[in-house]
Amino acid sequence: MTPDVLVIGGGNAALCAALMAREAGASVLLLEAAPRAWRGGNSQHTRNLRCMHDAPQDVLVDAYPEEEYWQDLLKVTGGQTDEHLARLVIRASSNCRDWMRSHGVHFQPPLSGALHVARTNAFFMGGGKALVNAYYRSAERLGVQIRYETPVSSVELDGDRFVAVHTERGERIEARSCVLACGGFESNREWLREAWGQNARGEWPADNFLVRGTRFNQGVLLKHMIEAGADTIGDPSQGHMVAIDARAPLYDGGICTRIDCVSLGIVVNREARRFYDEGEDFWPKRYAIWGRLVAQQPGQVGYSVIDQKAIGRFMPPVFTGTTAQTLPELARKLGLDEATFMQTVADYNAACRVGTFDHTALDDCRTEGLSPAKTHWARPIDTAPFYGYPLKPGITFTYLGLKVDDTTAVRFGGRPSPNLFVAGEMMAGNVLGKGYTAGVGMSIGTAFGRIAGTQAARAAQQKNHQEAVHAAGH
Amino acid sequence: MQQVIELVERAKADAGGIASPRVIPIHAALPLNASEAEVARILQICNACRYCEGFCAVFPAMTRRLEFGSADTHYLANLCHNCGACLHACQYAPPHEFAVNVPKAMAELRGQTYADYAWPPALGALYKRAGLTVALSLAGGLALFLVLAVAMAGALVHAPLAGNFYAIFPHNFLAAVFGTVFAFVVFALGMGVRRFWREVSPARDDPAGTARVRGAAAGEAAQDALRLKYLDGGHGEGCNNADDRFTLWRRRFHHCTFYGFMLCFASTGVATLYHYLLGLQAPYALSSLPVLLGTAGGVGLVIGPVGLLWLNLRRDPQHGDAAQKPMDRGFIVLLLLVSLTGLALLALRDTRFMALWLAIHLGTVMALFLTLPYGKFAHGIFRSAALLKYAIEKRLPNRLQLGSD
Repeated sequence: MTPDVLVIGGGNAALCAALMAREAGASVLLLEAAPRAWRGGNSQHTRNLRCMHDAPQDVLVDAYPEEEYWQDLLKVTGGQTDEHLARLVIRASSNCRDWMRSHGVHFQPPLSGALHVARTNAFFMGGGKALVNAYYRSAERLGVQIRYETPVSSVELDGDRFVAVHTERGERIEARSCVLACGGFESNREWLREAWGQNARGEWPADNFLVRGTRFNQGVLLKHMIEAGADTIGDPSQGHMVAIDARAPLYDGGICTRIDCVSLGIVVNREARRFYDEGEDFWPKRYAIWGRLVAQQPGQVGYSVIDQKAIGRFMPPVFTGTTAQTLPELARKLGLDEATFMQTVADYNAACRVGTFDHTALDDCRTEGLSPAKTHWARPIDTAPFYGYPLKPGITFTYLGLKVDDTTAVRFGGRPSPNLFVAGEMMAGNVLGKGYTAGVGMSIGTAFGRIAGTQAARAAQQKNHQEAVHAAGH
Repeated sequence: MQQVIELVERAKADAGGIASPRVIPIHAALPLNASEAEVARILQICNACRYCEGFCAVFPAMTRRLEFGSADTHYLANLCHNCGACLHACQYAPPHEFAVNVPKAMAELRGQTYADYAWPPALGALYKRAGLTVALSLAGGLALFLVLAVAMAGALVHAPLAGNFYAIFPHNFLAAVFGTVFAFVVFALGMGVRRFWREVSPARDDPAGTARVRGAAAGEAAQDALRLKYLDGGHGEGCNNADDRFTLWRRRFHHCTFYGFMLCFASTGVATLYHYLLGLQAPYALSSLPVLLGTAGGVGLVIGPVGLLWLNLRRDPQHGDAAQKPMDRGFIVLLLLVSLTGLALLALRDTRFMALWLAIHLGTVMALFLTLPYGKFAHGIFRSAALLKYAIEKRLPNRLQLGSD
C-alpha cells in the first residue's frame, strides 16, 4: 500500500516528522539507512535541547528569553542566519517539551560538568540514544512503519512534485508526500576532501579529520537534490568542528573523546610551537573554534600539555594521557622535537605572570611579552608528572543544506515543492550558517522536523482529496 | 561515491562480534584482575561521557573519582542494580568498538565480590557452582529430614495429629538445629560484608565527616534498599527487561519476594515469642498471628519468585552475566519451593501426610538457610552496604573541581 508520508532518515528530525504526520492521521513509512543497532544518526550522540523560557521550568533554572537566545545565535553565526527562521526555532523550543514527554522523552537537570548550561539547556535523561529509543517505541506504537538498512539513493520528481524514492537495493517506493531528514555529509570523506581542498603545504586537511558521529551521513540525497536543482544554502567547508583526542575512533566517538584541559596548559603543534591563546575564554565557549585551529596546523594535529597542577580540574578524558617525569621525556614520547619543545615551554614559563589562579573565573594569570599570549590561567608548566594529549579535528556536522522558508518545502529556483519537505541537518544551515552553541542542533531538528511532518501530512491529505474528487468525477 | 549499503553490510558484520574492544589503559593503584579491569575500563569511558547520571547512584558515585582501583570497582559493581537502563541508552554499547556494557561488567564483578568476600574463604568457590550448590543442598536437606522423620516418628504417613508438628520433631530439636544454622548464616555473611565495608569504606579518608553524616545516610540507604529506588529508572517508569521499554514489574515482584520472605520470618519470630514468652504452643489457629503472617508471606513468596523467574527468562541476554543465571534461577526456585511446601503443609497439617510435608518443608528451608551465604541472597547484603557507602559519600565534600561547572 502506498503510504501517505515517506520519511527518509532515522534521527531526531525524521522521528519528529514521522510522529507529527502520524498524529495528523497520515500513514507513515520511515526508511532508516542504518541497521537497528546504529539507528538514530547523530541524534544518538546528543544530550540536550537549547530552550527558550521566560521563567523557571521543571529542569531549567531562571529565564532564557527569546531575545537573549536570538542574540546568542546571532553572535555564534556571525550574522549568517535567517532571523525569521531562527526566531521560529526559538519559540518552538519553548513549547515542544510537553509533546516530547508525551512520546516518552525524559528530561533531567544538567549533568555534572555541564552546570554552565543549567539555564539554557534541558538534558535528555540517558542522552540522545534514550530519546531516539523513546521516539521509535512511540512511533511503533502509533503504527508508523519502520524499515532499517534501507539507504535511499535517489528521489524521483515530476517537475517540483515528489513521486517516489529509489533505494540502493533497487526498490522504488512511492508516497503522496515525503520528508527528507537524512543528515549532512560529514561522514563522506571524499566530499570533505573536495570541500576543504589542498592547503599551501600540499596537504589535504580533511584526510585527517575524525567524524564524531554516525558513519551513515554520506550526504547521498543532499548531493542528489543539489544535482536535481534544489535551492541550497551554506558553504560546504562550514561545519561544527571541535578538537578531540586524536586516538578517537574514526566514527561515533561522540562526547567522550573531548579533551577539556586545553585552557589549563599549553597546546603545541607538530613543530612543538604554540599557535593560539589557550586561555582566551572558558573552555565551553572555546572548544568549537579549536577544531579549525588544529585543522590549520601541519598534519592537522596538536598536543595539549599540562602538568600535575591541572589534575582533578577538568573532565576526565577517555584515553589516558602520555605521562612523563620530565619535559624532555614527554617531548620524546610525543614525537616532538625536544629542543624546540623545551624552548617553547621555557619561553612560556618565563612569560607567565601568575596572580590568583582560579579556573572557575577569568583569572589574572596571564603571559607578558609572549606571542601568541595566554590571557588567563597561565601558570608555568613545571610540576611533574607531565601529561600530553594528542588532538585532531573532529567534525560533528556540516552546514551545507537545502534552502527553505517556514514551511520547510524544498525549493527549485525559488518555487516550493508541493509535497517534498526537508528537516534537520539537511537544512540546519538556514539558521546556523556557521558556528555552534550547545543544544541548538536538536532545537532546529525538533522544530523543523515537526513542521515538516505536519506539512507532509497536509500535502498527502490534499492529494488524497484530489484523487477522490478525480475518481468521483469519472 | 561509496554506497551506503556497503556501510550497512560492514556495520552488520561488526555487530556480529567485536574481536577486541578498544583497550584503554588505566593506572590502578593495585593490579586488577580481568573483571575489575573491565569495570575500570568501562568506567573510564563513562566518566568522560556521563549521560547516564540520572538513572541511578552508580554514575554520580563514579564522577567523584578519576581512577578506579580494585575497591572502587567492587563498590560500584555492588551499587549497580542491573536495571539495564544505561545499556539501552549507551552510544558506546556493542557493536560500538568501545563495547561498553555496564550491567554485564558489573554483574560479572559482583559474582567475584561474592566469592572473594565469602566466609569461610574456602566456601567462596560454591558461588561458581551456585546452581549445583542449591540442588545438592536441597537434596541433602530433604534426605536429612525425611530420614529424621522416619527415625523420630516411625513413618511418613500416620494417623492425623491435628497439626501438631512437635509430635514429629520436638520443638527444642527444631529450635536448636535451625537456630544454629541461622546463627552461622548471620556470622558468615557478617564476616564477608565486614571485610567488604572495610576495604571500600569512606571512613578511611574522612572519619570525622563520616561520623557526622552517618545517621542521615543510614536512613537514606535503608529507604533506598527497602523501596528499591534504583529500579525506578530515575524517572519512575521502571527498569528494562526484554528490551528498551521500561517496566515496573521487576520492582513489584522483588517487593513481593522480599516482603513475603520478611513476613515468613516475622511469622517464625512471633511464634517463637508465643512459645517462650507467652507459653502458647503450636499448632496455632488459622486466625492466629503466626499463621496469618506466614500465609501472607507464603503467598507473596509464590507470586514474587514466579514473576521474577518469568522476567528472568525473558531478560535481554545482554543484561548481566550469563554464567550467573543458574545461581539467580536456583535461588528463585528454592524460594518458591519454600513457600509452596509451606503452604502445602498448612493445607495438609490435619491429614495423614503432615509428617511427609513437614519433612519436605523443613528440608527445603534448611537448604535455603545453608545456601544463604553462598548464593544469590548475598546480593542484598552487599548492595545494602554499597548503598550505605554511597549515602555517606555523597554527603562528604567532593575533592574534585572539574572546572566546567
